[in-house]
Formats: sequence, structure tokens, C-alpha cells
Amino acid sequence: MTTDTAPKPSFWNRLAHPGQFVALTRPLLWPLTIITAALFIAGLWFAFFNSPEDYQMGDTVRIMYIHVPTAWLSQFVYGIMAVSAIGSLVWRHPMADVSMKAAAPLGATFTALALFTGSLWGRPTWGTFWEWDGRMTSTLVLLLIYLGIVALWRAFDDQLRAARVIAVFTLVGAINIPIIKFSVDWWSTLHQPSSVFTMSGPHMPPSILTPLLVMAIAFTMLFLTLHLKAMHTEVARRRLMALQRQAAQTGKTA
Amino acid sequence: MTERQVFGSLALSAHALAVGRGGIALAQGLEFKVQNGKCLLLRGPNGVGKSTLLLTLAGIVEALDGSFKLEGPTSEDGPLLHYCGHRNAIKPRLSVLENLDFWAQLNGPTGAASLEALETVGLDHVAGLDAGYLSAGQGRRLALARLLVSARPLWLLDEPTAALDTEGHDLVTRLIDAHLEAGGLVVAATHDPITPTDPNRVETLVMAGIH
Amino acid sequence: MSAFAAVIARELRLSIRTGGDVLTLVLFFVMIGVVVPFAVGPDRELLSRLAPGVVWIAAFLSMLLGLDRLFRADHEDGTLILLRHADLPFWAVVAAKVMAHWVVSAVPLIVASPLLAVMLALDGSAFWRVVLSLLVGTPALAALGAIGAAVTVSIRRGGLIAPVLILPLAVPVLIFGVGAISTGPGPDLSGSALLFLAAISLITLALSPFAAALAISSGED
Repeated sequence: MTTDTAPKPSFWNRLAHPGQFVALTRPLLWPLTIITAALFIAGLWFAFFNSPEDYQMGDTVRIMYIHVPTAWLSQFVYGIMAVSAIGSLVWRHPMADVSMKAAAPLGATFTALALFTGSLWGRPTWGTFWEWDGRMTSTLVLLLIYLGIVALWRAFDDQLRAARVIAVFTLVGAINIPIIKFSVDWWSTLHQPSSVFTMSGPHMPPSILTPLLVMAIAFTMLFLTLHLKAMHTEVARRRLMALQRQAAQTGKTA
Repeated sequence: MTERQVFGSLALSAHALAVGRGGIALAQGLEFKVQNGKCLLLRGPNGVGKSTLLLTLAGIVEALDGSFKLEGPTSEDGPLLHYCGHRNAIKPRLSVLENLDFWAQLNGPTGAASLEALETVGLDHVAGLDAGYLSAGQGRRLALARLLVSARPLWLLDEPTAALDTEGHDLVTRLIDAHLEAGGLVVAATHDPITPTDPNRVETLVMAGIH
Repeated sequence: MSAFAAVIARELRLSIRTGGDVLTLVLFFVMIGVVVPFAVGPDRELLSRLAPGVVWIAAFLSMLLGLDRLFRADHEDGTLILLRHADLPFWAVVAAKVMAHWVVSAVPLIVASPLLAVMLALDGSAFWRVVLSLLVGTPALAALGAIGAAVTVSIRRGGLIAPVLILPLAVPVLIFGVGAISTGPGPDLSGSALLFLAAISLITLALSPFAAALAISSGED
């Protein structure tokens, strides 16, 4: 029954200090923004002017350049949240808490975008905005999980305590997501064969693949930029809350 | 009462311990070391972290800084401590005896028999009654009886005399006396003057807030 | 009696003494069966086609509704803190509570399911399959529900948020639960669905006590 919390000074620990983290990462923000913007300009130019129409779907195929990257991010962001959750539970890293909290609304937004573009794409392809297709359905369930996590963050008063509890739930979700995906695939009879993530397939020519990859990287950079900014905001918000609480405390005892 | 059971050697110590909630420190730089047979009384005004210190020692709230140690029996002997907080953890729809029997079974029936413990705290005449009918003071007595049915060396008591009458204060003093006699260790936060009869057994930690 | 059995016995005794909760849940469960024909019409053929899904959704919602009482009362009267110093690892205490919770929240529904079967024109063989799939699948709902209840126990008004958190995670239970009944056309996959359902129940039952115990000890103080 020994509790020893003597800190070991290291780079990792300097990052663990929220103020230091902000100071160390603030210079990254502008370069990240510029890279993201450049990638988007290149990607969108490719997508609109330098990629072929689909012989069946026509111009609507270009929705794919938004749909696929956001769909990829919907899973990537959950991965980031799960890794942060481990960091929060195992190492008690304060920035892992912040990262987890900042990622949740972003993940929900990208997932909602993926669903929205998916249904826009579905209108000309399937003839309906919503089809209970396997991939769309599991993305919808993923969105519900994201929204649940966002609601959970808002329900807690004490954000420090919230972090570890939500970390547990995030990891439970991470274990569950493959099961959900499997069960939805099993259930879905209208399941379309996966044509995007098996990129090596012959039906994905480089003229489509290049803009798709550029857009995927652009969206990932966009997420990283927004995530970093959201983390800075969260650190500032926590500092403000701590100051307010301190003021209340000294006011009470004085 | 229970047969005198002598606990093995035991020491609770804290070094530069800081406790608090929600990341805000309530007390820091706490230093103490108590051996078995001793009672550590926590004194101080409201809001200086007495309850939080007890919760920290119970392992429910994490220490913000510094460390504390319970030396002596290995943790393989099972849980070493009883925590008695503000809330009495009594189910109103179970009888007084059923409430106590549950804790005896859960924590290990290593102490007094349930009826005996109820007699000690003066509740034997209501043993069959639903606990929901107990008054606040009687509920407190039932919570104290829980300490007796399972023998554990360390008692962490948060305002043990809350809602108790003068006779109840004597009861708490008697229980602490007997526990110290048996080689137990008590850490108690209290505003009431409950002092074990033997002043040599008492140590006091006066806690002041952080300003 | 061991500490584990003591927890189960206490939970059962408490729920018998405060029998209202169980009765309300069963009532809710049966009422869904009453309400559905009003919504879709009394056509027996349509009803019997919808019946497996309706029974499962009714069980699903009833169990989510009863979730909040799993840890909240113990949290409020201080029992939960003391349970962490039991002569038993805390996850084992949680496991005992989950088992008792299944007995008081799922078994009454299964017992009441013949009523729904009659109202929804479910025939004999299909009815037994419904019972079987409920028996196999409801432990997963209880286990997932325990995680939701544990995560929200320290939130003052967490009663509403727990079902919202757990519903998406329980989608596979619903899919395979209804799949195991399989009255529709196409190849009969109900056998494999039942096996998947059993697998999900086992996985969640094994995982849930640890996750719930961790969530409680990190959130509760």
C-alpha cells in the first residue's frame, strides 16, 4: 500500500505538463495549417479537374473524394481516442485525457460527414438516400457511439474524474466495434463488396487513386491540426476552471 | 464483547502527503507515523481535507503528491482496513441483523458474532426490525457494529460520533479503546471530544487549509 | 456462505423485498406487446412475422430501463465504497451483482414472454426459439448494461445517458438474437446466429466485471 508519485523528469513528463505541452506544440500549428491547405488545394484540383468520370456514375463519383477520407477518419479518430484512453488509464498522462476529449467531437463530425456524403452518393447509385447497407449501417452505429461519448463528457462535472471513466468506456467501445462491424455485415444482405479499401484491385486506376490518396492525407492533416488546436483550447479551458475554483476556495475560507 | 484479538505489528506513515479532490489540493505536506495501539485524531475546521485524507488512506481517492505506507501484515491476509464514512450503507428493506450479517459474510466473519456486535452497540432489541425504521443515531450504531463483525487492524473513521447522543460518544470511546487494546490502529476525524481513556495512545494531527 | 454468494443473496433479497421494480419491468415488457398491434394493425400474419423482433426489442428496452438501479442505490448510500474493501476482489463483487441483476431483470421477462407470444400470434416452435435466444442473449445485455451503469454511476442524472451509451454497443446482441429465431425466407442461419450470440454473451460476461469495476473505482469517490 505505497503510493509514490515522485516525478521523473523526461521529455514525456515535460509533455505531461499542460502548459509545457502548449508551449512546445504551438509552433507546429501554423505549418500544419499551411500543409493542410496546400494538400486540400492539390487534392481538390485533382478531384475536380484531373480525374476521370465514372462510366456509370458520371460526375457523382467525385463525392468519393470526400466520402472515403472522412470514412477513413471516422475509424482513425476512434483509434486515436482508444490510444489516448490507454495513455490515460495506464500512464495517467494528463494530455491523454485532453487528447481523448478533443478528439470525440471531431470524430463525430467526420463520421457524420462520411454518412452525409455516403447518402448523397447513394441517391444516384441506389436511388435512395439511405440504404441499410452494411458499411453505412456500421458507420451509423459508430456515430451513435461517438455522440454517446460526447454526451458523457458533457454529463460529468469533474473533468479529471470523467477522463478515466470515459477511457474505460472508449476501450469497451473499441473492443466492440469489430464485433458490431462483423454482426452488421452478417445481417446486411445488400452489402456492397469493398472496393475502396482493397486498393490494389485492378478497378482502381491511378488517375483515381492519386487524388484519393492526396485527399485522404489532406483530411488526416486537417484532423491533426484541428485536434491540436482543440487540445490547446481544452488546456486553456481547464486552466480557467482551476482558477475559478481556486478563487471560490480562497473566497470561502478567507 | 469480542475476545481480545491481538493484531500483528503495524505502522501507518505518511511522507509529504498531499490530498485533494478534482486536482485541487486541500492539504499538503502531511507527515505522521502511528504504530498499532495508537489512535490518530484528525482535527481542524471544515474543508481542510480530513475526509479526503481518510478516503486517500482508504485507497479510494488518489494522493496528489507524496506517499503513505501501511507496514506490517502483508496484503495477502486480505483487506486490512475498515472505512466508516458519512453514509451508513444501510439497506432500509433488510432487517438490522440481515444488514450486519451481509457485511460479516462479505468482509469475512473474523470478529464478533453479529448478535454480539449488535448487543455491544445497543441495537440487540431491534435486530429483527427493518433497518429503515432506525433513527439516524441508531443507523450510526449499526454502521459501527460493522467494524466489530470483521476483525481488521486499521479503522478509518470519518465523524464516527455524527448523530450520536452522549451515551453514543461513550460507546465510540469504548469501541476505540477496545480496538487499541487489541493492537489495532485508529485514524479518526472528529469535532467531538472523543478521546481514548489512555492519553498516551492518542496522537493528534491538526490540519490547516492551504492559503 | 461465501462472500460471492452473500452478494447474490443480498441482491435477490433486496429485489424481492422491493418487488415493485421487477413488476414494473415485466409490465413494461408486456405493454410493448400490447401496443404494437395498435400500431401496425391486428393482422395475425404480419404480427407473427414481426413477433421475434418485437419480443427482442421489448426485452432490450426493458433491460435498459432497469439498468440504473444496478449501482446507483449502492452509490448513494455509501455501500459501493465499502464493497471495495470486501474480502473479495471488487470485480468479483461486480460479477456477482451482474449475475443477480440478470436473474431479477431478464428471467422475469423470459417467464412473461408466453404472454407476448400469444398476443403476437407466435406459433409453438418459433416461441421456443424466442425463449432460447432470450436465454442465451440476455446475459450479454446485463453485462453490457453493467458497464453503462458503472460509467454513469457518479453522474447525478446518469439514468438517461446509460441506455444511450449501451444501445449502440448492444446492436450485435439484437442482430444475432433475432437472427437465431430466423423465421424469414432464405437459408436458415439461425444455428450459427445462436452460436455467435452465445459467443458474444461469453465475451461480454468475461469482460464486463473488470471494465465496470474499473469504471466505478475511477469515477466514484
